Amino acid sequence: MISFGNLARKPWIWSWMAAFLVWFATIMVTGGASTLGLSQAALTFAAFSIIVGIGQMFVITLGPGNIDLSVPATMTLAGTVALKLMNVENGMVVPGLLVAVLIGLAVGVGNYALIKALRIPPIIATLSMSFIVQSAAIWTNRGLRIKPPSVLADFTTSSTLGVPNVALVALGLSLIAWVLLEKSVYGRWISAIGQSMAAARMAGIPVDGARFVTYLLCAVLASVAGYLLACFSGGAALNMGAEYLLMSIAVVVIGGTAVAGGYSNVPGIWGASLFMFLVVSMLNTYGIGAGVRLIMTGLIIISVIMLAGGRRTGMR
Amino acid sequence: MAKDMKKAVIEVDGARVSFGAVKALDGVTLSVMPGECIGLVGHNGAGKSTLVNVINGGLTPQQGTVASDGERLDRYNITIARGRGMRCVFQELSLCPNLSIVENTRIMHHELGGFGWRAKAAKVIETSLDAVFPGHNIDSGQPVGDLSIAERQMVEIAMAFSDAGIAPRLVILDEPTSSLDASLARQMLDHVRRFVASGGSVIFISHILHEILETSDRIVVMKDGRVVAERPATEFDHQRLVEAMGSVAKEEAFQRSARELAAAPVVLRHQADGIPFTARQGEIIGLAGLAGHGQTELLLALHAVQSNAWWPRRDPLVTFVAGDRRLNGIFELWSILRNFSIASLADLSQGGVVRTAEEAERGADWKRRIEIRTQDVDNGILSLSGGNQQKVLFARALATRAPVILMDDPMRGVDVGTKQEVYEIIRQEAAKGRTFIWYSTEMDEVRLCDRVYVFRERVITAELVGDEVNEINIIAASFGGVAA
Repeated sequence: MISFGNLARKPWIWSWMAAFLVWFATIMVTGGASTLGLSQAALTFAAFSIIVGIGQMFVITLGPGNIDLSVPATMTLAGTVALKLMNVENGMVVPGLLVAVLIGLAVGVGNYALIKALRIPPIIATLSMSFIVQSAAIWTNRGLRIKPPSVLADFTTSSTLGVPNVALVALGLSLIAWVLLEKSVYGRWISAIGQSMAAARMAGIPVDGARFVTYLLCAVLASVAGYLLACFSGGAALNMGAEYLLMSIAVVVIGGTAVAGGYSNVPGIWGASLFMFLVVSMLNTYGIGAGVRLIMTGLIIISVIMLAGGRRTGMR
Repeated sequence: MAKDMKKAVIEVDGARVSFGAVKALDGVTLSVMPGECIGLVGHNGAGKSTLVNVINGGLTPQQGTVASDGERLDRYNITIARGRGMRCVFQELSLCPNLSIVENTRIMHHELGGFGWRAKAAKVIETSLDAVFPGHNIDSGQPVGDLSIAERQMVEIAMAFSDAGIAPRLVILDEPTSSLDASLARQMLDHVRRFVASGGSVIFISHILHEILETSDRIVVMKDGRVVAERPATEFDHQRLVEAMGSVAKEEAFQRSARELAAAPVVLRHQADGIPFTARQGEIIGLAGLAGHGQTELLLALHAVQSNAWWPRRDPLVTFVAGDRRLNGIFELWSILRNFSIASLADLSQGGVVRTAEEAERGADWKRRIEIRTQDVDNGILSLSGGNQQKVLFARALATRAPVILMDDPMRGVDVGTKQEVYEIIRQEAAKGRTFIWYSTEMDEVRLCDRVYVFRERVITAELVGDEVNEINIIAASFGGVAA
């Protein structure tokens, strides 16, 4: 308890507390019987939102107006094309991943080209990009549902030492993101750009380079998440990315990242992603109907944001 | 009403304000009579701005009272203050940049409601602008964001003197001339005297001492949250005022050593209309002329040509010290240390990762060298006073290895002592071979330069070298044709 005061000022603490409370409330109902199962399911499903959310967080850090709406389409296209290329052969796992990453890079380049060359605001640029990408996905997929190679299907659905493999992948990516954000020069740059682009430019920061890399990073993370999700769910579907549009933004906001840019954190993404999954399972456990459940989910999210929003003083 | 005339417009008695451990005001007593201009001077952090905030109702003192017209005001706030005719022009410009001048006027004057408020507001602000700055050429329909910083300040000053129902009785001017050139400052000071002659009161804060001496009736000197001297202006002169502030600054402008720099290698060139711009190694180059005549634009152009927006430069040629620090200087969410180190991260990192120990060490070193007044460089940048924020920006630029330093009127709102310290550092760095390109609105600073380019109508119209750098030549070149 020595540093509880310090801890309470961390903007991510609220999403963690919320996730824990909901987790606790859910296992209480079942008398603790479902503890392991619920925790594993939460980690598995949260892993995808974490990977996508981290990318979105980097983009939102760039400041007002920066957002990537092409995330769901990128996930779908990467999943579809990778599965088609791998064609259920275990030897093609690595080329499949490479193709997914390449698709991410291409989408990122396209996004920033639209933003910079045509001077379109990011919200419009990435939305238009997402139509192109989604159409490409429809054209490649043609309604076929190709199964993932068995190695990948096993990997994504099983656990190591009780921790789901996808959560371990998310953990690895989060560590890299944390180092980038907190320790690297690049992290300083994007935080500076998010606070004042004019000041960042005058301080000698390569503003366009940093923003470009950030949009690339977001698209690549989305495509990796799409690749994993397609393998996890036994095949790519055209609507598989749909729920990750709002999800990626919600976890960033609930996680305590400043919506106006310039300040963000990685741990909050974890708390928020777990919370988002756990809320739904809690309401399910209580046997609440779908309509009421959606309303409750909305209300709970709003209250967490309000709680977290009032405590943004400890930032650096 | 005749009886009220003898009572003080505002009377602050024994006010104490502290922010945490910092005592901003330590028992200050001050009264302002009608028809009086009070000059308020002191170093950065002496408590001037805090006192102003107590008077305009923005801050309630933890101890002490505020009275107006002989009536003690226990519940004093900004609305009551405005209702009593208190007006304030802040050091930080406070107009909304996305709104037009007329719309800003409406925001300031709640009385301007109902149908046809645009016409009423336009009349109010234009009358005032014409009165304070005759021949100003500012269209009141323009958005504030399109105005130059000097024009913005003019509007702000005119706003304070404008009358839309509640006539101004006490106008507080906090560094009002910092972005104005000499002729505009003159117009404003003349208006202050007219306003005082007609029975109004003014509290005038400025670091330009001759303005204080010639405009005020009474001068109040503050130091460390206390009033240390309060006498009629006639009993002060430049020297005594500086002594009263406790400044160790040497007041004589330093003598330029006659340096022969014509042979030094050229580090920077720029060709636009007018006289071509060149900068040699080790030179201090002044950009003079009336405020907003293209000096900042030249600095921005020099910076833009030399920097790469896509890839970081390992050895940047130029670095920049902002004058408009809210616009292109500070990062508000960050600590002092991060604000300081951002431009030299290339030197403070390895493999893209910041070496925080080295960063902290260099920050502590510069905190000591340039005397940034804070207990901890990990405090937020906004915890510093304006002058100290400016010092951080200065340290940011000097700590880089860039051989050319562009300065966009960086001494705005910096106290006399600090200025002398910074001039000394500039001189030392120039002797080591660094080049300074320095836009300044203050004649004293321009006179420190080896060579001066004078701007008129966004073009360089004159180049003055060595002994030609003097006030008469600069004014002559700025006004063009009108010989001084």
